[in-house]
Amino acid sequence: MYNFEFVKPSTVAEAVSALGEEDAQALGGGQTLLPTMKQRLASPSKLVSLSGIADMKGVSADGGVLTIGGGTTHGTVAAEAGAYPALADLASHIGDPAVRNRGTIGGSLANNDPSACYPSAALASGATIVTNTREIAADDYFQGMFTTALNEGEIITAVKFPIPQAANYQKFLQPASRFALVGVFVAKYADGVRVAVTGASEEGVFRWSEAEEALNKEFRPDALMDLKVAPANMIGDLHGTKEYRAHLVGVMTKRAVTAAG
Amino acid sequence: MTQVSMTVNGQAASGDVEGRTLLSTFLREHLGLTGTHVGCDTSQCGACVVHVDGNAVKSCTILAAEADGADVATIESQAAADGTLNAVQQAFQDHHGLQCGFCTPGMVMSAVALLKDNPSPSEAEIRAYLEGNICRCTGYHNIVKAIMAASGQDVSAIAAE
Repeated sequence: MYNFEFVKPSTVAEAVSALGEEDAQALGGGQTLLPTMKQRLASPSKLVSLSGIADMKGVSADGGVLTIGGGTTHGTVAAEAGAYPALADLASHIGDPAVRNRGTIGGSLANNDPSACYPSAALASGATIVTNTREIAADDYFQGMFTTALNEGEIITAVKFPIPQAANYQKFLQPASRFALVGVFVAKYADGVRVAVTGASEEGVFRWSEAEEALNKEFRPDALMDLKVAPANMIGDLHGTKEYRAHLVGVMTKRAVTAAG
Repeated sequence: MTQVSMTVNGQAASGDVEGRTLLSTFLREHLGLTGTHVGCDTSQCGACVVHVDGNAVKSCTILAAEADGADVATIESQAAADGTLNAVQQAFQDHHGLQCGFCTPGMVMSAVALLKDNPSPSEAEIRAYLEGNICRCTGYHNIVKAIMAASGQDVSAIAAE
């Protein structure tokens, strides 16, 4: 990897200031960014580590909302997000234990990898992405593969998840990378069901609105029997064709509904 | 260059590093602690696992500068000063938990981290925990058996392979 200047501020304000420089890049846990830099697919002049900002770490539940600091690791979410069991379970299956001890929820959401797990949880939960300047609804935040509503130098300081009545995440592993070949997060709230799909689409994480309508009428896997996802916008690669992924979206959604009960 | 200082295996260690210097590089090339192996350099294989403030991490995917001020433990810290192996290391020897030995430092450090959190893991839990540790000799069976033995479980019914 090319060399860079490294800084590790202890407050959000200092980090925002450090990110003002051209080609400066925020560093979460580095579990994606450092491998990317080793491949020379990214070469920031300055890395601003967010790992020293105590205010951005931790999990707390209050009034039906689970708030997770942007710098909280997957391992900590797995251990401490018991108020939202489906989310804790999702976090406990990201990468491997050593990766979970470094990788952060803010880093994952800022990167918005089309096969990452967290985007599906945030979108299915109607989460709010909190940054140093504003709050962004998940429906407005995800804007396609590796693309989000974040501006240059904007930092995810926290994510707020409304806690659902029932939820489940089902991940079909891509056997080599262990990322989601297709992952479906189903969350049932008093005002309706939300279904978000990761890993499958060329356009990144998306809501499967037909499934949501069907599940709003009847929250049972059978409600999805006649629904099909169009293969046209699915990812097709050596790990699975467009048609295969489209089929898996239906299968994993049914499994998630069954498991959520 | 940045000055970093940390505790490595109970002793103070410091050095001047570039921003891009990985913890694995600092341990191996600056401190001469070559027990930490770099197998893939892409965060997949786990041969480089060390403990940073008690947590297992892949030392090829954390900057040395990020570990400034941390308490780092490597494979070199696992045996006693007189060379007596710890329970996990001894179990790997007793149950033939290594073949070529390249992945072993990472396997042992992951196993020690697992047993700290889960003192009596099931076979399934061990296999799940080792998802990020690859043994290219494919000797997983005896690695899992060794970790079960190190946790004090009876492995006499598990076939030797």
